[in-house]
Amino acid sequence: MSVVGQQPPPFFKRGPAPLARLALFLALSLLLLVLDLRFHTLEWSRQAVALLVYPLQRMAYLPVAATDNAGLYFSSLASLQSENAALRRRQLDTANRLLRQEHLELENQRLRALLDMKQRQTVPSRVAEILYSARDPFARRMILDTGAQQGIVTGQIVVDEQGVVGQVTRVFTLLSEVTLITDKDQAVPVQIVRNGLRSVIFGDGAGALELRFLAANADVQVGDLLVTSGLDGIYLAGLPVAKVMKVDRDTTYAFAHILCQPIAGVENHDQVLVLGQGAALPAQPPEPEKAAKPGKGRKGRR
Amino acid sequence: MQPTHSSNRILLPVRAWFIFLTFIAALFLDMMPFGRLTGLPDFVALTLAFWSVREPFKVGMGVAFMLGIVMDVSAASVMGQHSLAYVLLAFAASGLSRRILWFPLSQQALHILPLLLGAQLLMLAARMMAGAPFPGVLYFLSSFTASALWYPLTYLLLIPQYRATEKDVHRPI
Repeated sequence: MSVVGQQPPPFFKRGPAPLARLALFLALSLLLLVLDLRFHTLEWSRQAVALLVYPLQRMAYLPVAATDNAGLYFSSLASLQSENAALRRRQLDTANRLLRQEHLELENQRLRALLDMKQRQTVPSRVAEILYSARDPFARRMILDTGAQQGIVTGQIVVDEQGVVGQVTRVFTLLSEVTLITDKDQAVPVQIVRNGLRSVIFGDGAGALELRFLAANADVQVGDLLVTSGLDGIYLAGLPVAKVMKVDRDTTYAFAHILCQPIAGVENHDQVLVLGQGAALPAQPPEPEKAAKPGKGRKGRR
Repeated sequence: MQPTHSSNRILLPVRAWFIFLTFIAALFLDMMPFGRLTGLPDFVALTLAFWSVREPFKVGMGVAFMLGIVMDVSAASVMGQHSLAYVLLAFAASGLSRRILWFPLSQQALHILPLLLGAQLLMLAARMMAGAPFPGVLYFLSSFTASALWYPLTYLLLIPQYRATEKDVHRPI
């Protein structure tokens, strides 16, 4: 209240009441939650905040990198030598195949040219380092040290030397976020090498993978190798994804319960390869009827 | 047991830049790439609870909201998840600050534990409503480790306020 145009001195200045402030900020947070979860329209704000936070993030990575380097420095000569020997042996093992591969590739090219088929495209790739796995206990994501500045695009595939690791799902200016194939509902279109059976594999959120929607009598055996089928035009064909660990055919359910184990060291490595995207596929022909097969989409979610 | 208020000393006023610095340090600790270590405390939530209890007029829901946004981005979680939890945490902590400060430190930690657990429960609810899997009961372990850190944290963060600006041998406070 003012007395003759004079404000009382602000002895007990507290601003709006705590409950009012709580309501305001809760409403704001809930709005953000809904906008991000339901409409995915907050990427620009995420970009801005990420750019601001970037120096701190890089700094937080420094102590860990330093301890890693120190550990490397003090690792004994013997272990390095044994590792070196093992690597050389592995190189010799693969040399045979590598030497033949060049020959085979040439032959393949010639045959494909003879058959007048579309040449299998070679894709550019880029080595990236994993900074850290994101601190979100509800999802399996990793942060790479390359971003839009280095030409990373959403949707690119991330592999290590053994197989598929995940997919780039969010790109910041200098960092990018990879969703691992073990993340819940991250879907990869796959094919069984043994018999060519196509399906879609999903992460179960706990480090394993699951083949869903395969009939209880589907021809899947323990030990089968699953590779990407390349049908979605995003994953290149033939990249190893997983190995079947357990097949549970309970006839009370329509579908078999098939658990698989990722082939790549999905949760433990520091350097990965981000594969570039191939040329765009031709547009899909108009569908005569609704597709009956579930899970054909690129991803289960979003 | 009767509250004794024995944990309280006469302190120098807190400096705003020091609060800011502690939040930066907490963010730094939270961004350190420890991977999926279970039971790792959420340092930002703990520091926020500390300053909301100690300085409810300086640190409140606005700061909590900002910190939440930064955490949402750096932890790669859904926007609004951390801010929602932190805002409620700051509200509860500043509302209880008059009561909490009457207790010795170990019992203060017992007051902080349910607040941190509540914040974690909120985040869990927000994410599970959006279809995330349940991360396991060990997810809640981080609140327990965080409230165990309350005792050392209090001494650490109050160090700048313990020292007298000019020493007077005749006035031993």
